[in-house]
Amino acid sequence: MAEHDGPILEIENLSISFFTRLREIPAVMDFSVTVQPGEAVGLVGESGCGKSTVALGVMRDLGVNGRIVGGTVRFKGRDLGEISAAELRDIRGREIAMIYQEPMASLNPAMRVGRQLMEVPMIHEGISEAEARARALEVVRDVKLPDPERILKSYPHQLSGGQQQRIVIAMALMSKPSLLILDEPTTALDVTVEAAVVELVKDLGKKYGTSMLFISHNLGLVLETCDRICVMYSGEAVETGSIKDVFDKMQHPYTQALFRSIPLPGADKNTRPLKAIPGNFPLPHERPEGCNFGPRCDYFQAGLCDTGDIPMAGITGDDRHFTRCLRFAEIDWTAPVEAMAQHEATAPGKVVLKIENLKKYYEVSANALFGGSRGKKVVKANETLSFEARESETLAIVGESGCGKSTFAKVLMGLETATEGAILLDNRNIEQTPIEKRDTQTIADVQMVFQNPFDTLNPSMTVGRQIIRALEVFGHGASDAERREEMLRLLDIVKLPREFAERMPRQLSGGQKQRVGIARAFSGGARIVVADEPVSALDVSVQAAVTDLLMEIQRKQKTTLLFISHDLGIVRYLSDRVMVMYLGHVVELGSTDQVFAPPYHPYTEALLSAVPIADTRVEKTHIVLEGDVPSAMNPPPGCPFQTRCRWKPEVPGDLCEREVPPVREIAPGHQVKCHLSEAALARMEPVIRVAAE
Amino acid sequence: MVTFILRRVGVMVLTALCLTFIVFFLTNLYPNLEKLAKTQGNFRMTDAEVESYLSRNGYLDPMLSKYGQWMGVWPGWVIEEDSVTRGRCIAPGQPPEEAPRFCGILQGDWGHSTVFRKDVDEIIAEKLALTGWLMLWVMLLMVPSALILGVLAGMREGSRTDRTLSTFAITTTATPEYVSGVLFIAIFASSAVGLQWFKGTATGAMTNPNFENFFLPVLTIALYGMGYIARMTRASMAEVMTAQYIRTARLKGVSFPNIVLKHALRNALIAPFTVIMLQFPWLLNGVVIVETLFNYKGFGWTLVQAASNNDIELLLAVSVVSVVVVLVTQLISDIGYVYLNPRISVT
Repeated sequence: MAEHDGPILEIENLSISFFTRLREIPAVMDFSVTVQPGEAVGLVGESGCGKSTVALGVMRDLGVNGRIVGGTVRFKGRDLGEISAAELRDIRGREIAMIYQEPMASLNPAMRVGRQLMEVPMIHEGISEAEARARALEVVRDVKLPDPERILKSYPHQLSGGQQQRIVIAMALMSKPSLLILDEPTTALDVTVEAAVVELVKDLGKKYGTSMLFISHNLGLVLETCDRICVMYSGEAVETGSIKDVFDKMQHPYTQALFRSIPLPGADKNTRPLKAIPGNFPLPHERPEGCNFGPRCDYFQAGLCDTGDIPMAGITGDDRHFTRCLRFAEIDWTAPVEAMAQHEATAPGKVVLKIENLKKYYEVSANALFGGSRGKKVVKANETLSFEARESETLAIVGESGCGKSTFAKVLMGLETATEGAILLDNRNIEQTPIEKRDTQTIADVQMVFQNPFDTLNPSMTVGRQIIRALEVFGHGASDAERREEMLRLLDIVKLPREFAERMPRQLSGGQKQRVGIARAFSGGARIVVADEPVSALDVSVQAAVTDLLMEIQRKQKTTLLFISHDLGIVRYLSDRVMVMYLGHVVELGSTDQVFAPPYHPYTEALLSAVPIADTRVEKTHIVLEGDVPSAMNPPPGCPFQTRCRWKPEVPGDLCEREVPPVREIAPGHQVKCHLSEAALARMEPVIRVAAE
Repeated sequence: MVTFILRRVGVMVLTALCLTFIVFFLTNLYPNLEKLAKTQGNFRMTDAEVESYLSRNGYLDPMLSKYGQWMGVWPGWVIEEDSVTRGRCIAPGQPPEEAPRFCGILQGDWGHSTVFRKDVDEIIAEKLALTGWLMLWVMLLMVPSALILGVLAGMREGSRTDRTLSTFAITTTATPEYVSGVLFIAIFASSAVGLQWFKGTATGAMTNPNFENFFLPVLTIALYGMGYIARMTRASMAEVMTAQYIRTARLKGVSFPNIVLKHALRNALIAPFTVIMLQFPWLLNGVVIVETLFNYKGFGWTLVQAASNNDIELLLAVSVVSVVVVLVTQLISDIGYVYLNPRISVT
């Protein structure tokens, strides 16, 4: 392709529709964006807003039903709508490469990694197998994978999630494309791995001079990676501009609402609660006339916002900053958030749950399917957990996948029994009682809200029936009529309309389903609720509403909430105390303020630094952890974190490699499992600093 | 891998022992033996005569001892009567001192067929060879065409090719052999109205198989089995084609034929492979109808003869062979599965 001078990608007024038997469903409407050479553009929006469709539209891979119905996509000046299938194949992989959300699913399970990498230049540049192999080795080294020779010979399932994503990135870079499309590239990864992958993508983008289209729902991530941003809502771009302009001088009510609904440092559940966006995301065929965001907008003006199409309007003085709002000039964007109802902080009551030296070991054979007698291994999923939880307290359990937080939830719920130690519920031991043997009251007392509301409701039972069923199990109410009354009352509590009792789960949105899940959990008057990542499957604007609901019920019912999460933003916002776990160990435990301020445990420090924060005023210390979380089946000797710890040289001798550190109380109620000396801990600096305004 | 195979072989032997014992037990129930005595002696035997015949021929030993004798791990019965020593292992006219103590399957002595008046191992070898030959050609015709059919239909789900091929596959599976076989004979072989391209009987194929006398039975069996495999392959292929890694390949710029051949095929063959291996035991016994229809005296035909004539030893031998075939194909299927699917490892 001839050298092209100008934008790499120009999308102009692009409209994409999917055609079903019933109707045409417009997925993207009048969408324009330009990517200059070397520039990274972020595409942000909630699920269903059409951001992935734009990416597939650029790649011209919309499936049988999808079609571009208007507008043009120009790549280096060529109209992608007019080129032949063969030319398209030449561009795919060589000029435009894509990185996907789920690395495991995007790699061919029955093909060695090396083959999959070598294929790209062999197709596009016609180079020999040996050359392609040399290139693959080089790129694998570039994405910082250890032992490239071995990696090339392995199958995808033999690599960890982070390594797989690095392979997908390597595959995208094999032919040195000019444009890289990243579709939620880190959603499936842990935060520390995510930080490392993002860092890598940024570096490689610079090294190869690649332009990037970065699709994400995570504003913080976009802030860290991109130069420009385009916010999408319901198939339309609503605001585009440079990161600085959009983050600091937003000109669209949706962008504003989005920022107000995510927990940024400074938000607090009692004094500065989040403001959820009211209403629901419109379905593609139910979009309102006029402004799509109109029905949910605080600045909505009847007669103006609900008639006709709304064009993008430029904002004078800013660099290519556009907004799709008719009233942007009238709105006072600097006005403070209207005060939300504030709450009195509730004081924690008596201890209801006490965990003492809890251990949970699993014995697994080396291979589940063809396992022999030899090679039995012990997975130490939980190692000496000790803590207390009080009435109406929120205790957050934080850690990356494999740290044992879900195992703990299972043991507490009675789905597993403990190997050693004790769980005391009101001073009664329950750690050895499996759920089948627990009495109804204990089961009703300890309940759970699950991560994925889509899988946890029975798809063939009405919502009301499912709640009534729970009431029956808990022996609540004397008659069916009474239970029905109670069910309706529960729907009121979780703020669902009473008509929903007759609906099927598939008729509900994700947030609504999660509310049903919460209603079910509280149906027996639960006193301890384990919320296992209750909002991570939900969209940002819904997350705030569901979180607030949980808080509200907690305030009324004095529930003890064990909030399991990997999202430190939300943890900081709603929890009273935080417990950080790593490879089955509690490495740090303290009040939220204590954990989020130095001195930290080195792992907490890395975790905090890894979390992207969508605030331009925030400065972070950059700590990138090398490698992956070690396998719990084969944990390192001594301190579990010693393989990735950057403070290890501060500890004299090989203490970290020899001994598991003792639990030390460094402040009242603040304990850390680390060998570092008092002096070293005192030298730690805050990871997150908010610049003065 | 070696330990895996050894372990599987061990399990196989154990399964074979259990299964053969069940068959042995059932065929050696007293009413069966009574029938045997009457067919061997005469039909008007009294109960006492039956009793004495059976005990004189070792049939009334305890079940386990009989099973052991049949297996060849227990000394064969020896009865001295009127100064003549007869025994399980003593051939007529052979001095008892020269006869071996054990004679059973393990020694290669499969017994004597009462229907064919021949040694069972001879019959089995001959019939198995005939059916094996038939099976080989059926497989050669059925498997490639079924896979091609399935892959072609599955690679573009919902397309016209898919619908046409799927209809064909369903039709062939839904037509039993005795319908398709009769139809084929009528159309291609009948001397009155047919095309007379092929022969309607395969008796000649037992000694001299050629295209003319062998194609119709092969086609009849192959068509029936083909639809099933094709359906499985199609479903598996269609699923693989929607997988994300296929999209990855597409967006890498891989051409469609290469996507199908290099990326999809191996993944799509994992499920049908097991089905194909399961076809072997089915073929072995499922050919009964076709062998009878085309008068091809193979293994299935022998099974029918043995069963209807209460030929205990032949029936037992047929079952042993069937059990071994089932177990061996399962072993091959498991090993092949491991080879095709790298996510499963045996070490």
